[in-house]
Amino acid sequence: MNRLSLFGLLGLVIRRDLLLAMRRRADVLTTLVFFVMVVSLFPLGVGPEPEMLRKMAAGVVWVAALLASMLSLARMFSADYLDGTLEQMLLAPQSLSVLVLGKIVAHWMLSGLPLVLIAPVLGLQFGMSFQGLWVLVLVLLLGTPILSMIGAIGAALTLGLRGGGVLVSLLVLPLCIPVLIFGTGAVDAVNTGMTFIPHVALLGAMFLLSLVFAPWVTAQALRISME
Amino acid sequence: MAINWFKYAAPASFYGLAGKMVPFFAWPAAILFALGIYIGFFVAPTDAVQSEAYRIMFIHVPVSILSMFIYLVMAGYAALGLIFNTRLSSMMATALAPTGALFAFIALWTGALWGKPMWGAWWVWDARLTSELILLFLYLGFIALQASIDDPRRADRAGALLAIVGSVNVPIIYFSVKWWNTLHQGSSIKFSDTSMHIAMKQALFIMLAACWLYVIAVTLVRVRSIILERERNTQWVSELAEVREGERS
Repeated sequence: MNRLSLFGLLGLVIRRDLLLAMRRRADVLTTLVFFVMVVSLFPLGVGPEPEMLRKMAAGVVWVAALLASMLSLARMFSADYLDGTLEQMLLAPQSLSVLVLGKIVAHWMLSGLPLVLIAPVLGLQFGMSFQGLWVLVLVLLLGTPILSMIGAIGAALTLGLRGGGVLVSLLVLPLCIPVLIFGTGAVDAVNTGMTFIPHVALLGAMFLLSLVFAPWVTAQALRISME
Repeated sequence: MAINWFKYAAPASFYGLAGKMVPFFAWPAAILFALGIYIGFFVAPTDAVQSEAYRIMFIHVPVSILSMFIYLVMAGYAALGLIFNTRLSSMMATALAPTGALFAFIALWTGALWGKPMWGAWWVWDARLTSELILLFLYLGFIALQASIDDPRRADRAGALLAIVGSVNVPIIYFSVKWWNTLHQGSSIKFSDTSMHIAMKQALFIMLAACWLYVIAVTLVRVRSIILERERNTQWVSELAEVREGERS
């Protein structure tokens, strides 16, 4: 029996999840459409003054990204849980943390990356400057994986519970506040002519911290939920 | 003689001990509370800047301190329960959560009442208020997660994991919120502050002690209920005097 290397295993899990998602493209598109719709609702709600919209653009995009990532969290483990795949993953001799990391990466590629790619278009609708757009994409690129990682912990804890979808938002949203603050802070810093480096550095630190701990904590949570 | 430190880690033996301990915390809490309110409202002088409105501090400050402290204690108990698999530790964590949430809520409520005459607003988005609000959300998340899991063992462990993740995240949240709004003044109460009148200090510390004792008493009462609920099918519960009496009547 040939043994998989860690990265081989990671690639295998990611490829499997992407393939499954491609068989059901509607789920991926729902998240993206939800994101675009929430962002588009804000000008309708607060009025179309360009000056105000420019000021709140980053915050609106971030809050919408946060909500959109909550939307798809419930699906992260539930399908595998229902058809028994997750049980096999827990029994597998390979590290559960690596398997979980693969699922997190796949989740980000399906629900985070599309948001990052479409965010500049939405930013243009809000009249953001070119430099602001560039920084927004950068912080979203750093921040959305953190949302997926923290979200994975919540998704694993609420696996198979009644009202899991609402519950996971209740657990995860307060923990995501630092990401929101530094993500919007970086764009605000650019708009006011200051350097955005500290915000990006802090986001990077949070990214690395959650990369180290979140897969392991999620694995523990899955073991608690599955026993 | 070796002392068995773990004797009272068993719910059956702790149930009786907790019942005996409750009055020792409840009565001092009531007496200190009355004393603290009396000193705070009748002995402490009127503040030069804030006139009478500052007196809400005697409730607001102890409750705010304890709301944060209870979260740490709760996370500590939850971690103990997760690591050593002691059921009583997890029950203590569950018993502490509602009081913590209540205190966080009272802290926000009294803060709003204090803020209106002082700042002219019920609510301002400053760092301390916001982090207290987030703390309330964390408590509510913990309670909601445990409430939605039927299996008590899984509820304990899932709640413990959430509490630990939360306590790791609390400093990060606190500092991020602080940097997000740095306009706020620093802590206005320092323990070396000599400008504070002695009666104010006395009232504050007495109220802090009263609230602390109240938390312990209420938690013990609540943990007794949780023990009874979870162990209702065991022999020792059915032999309890209060359970028998309840069945006879």
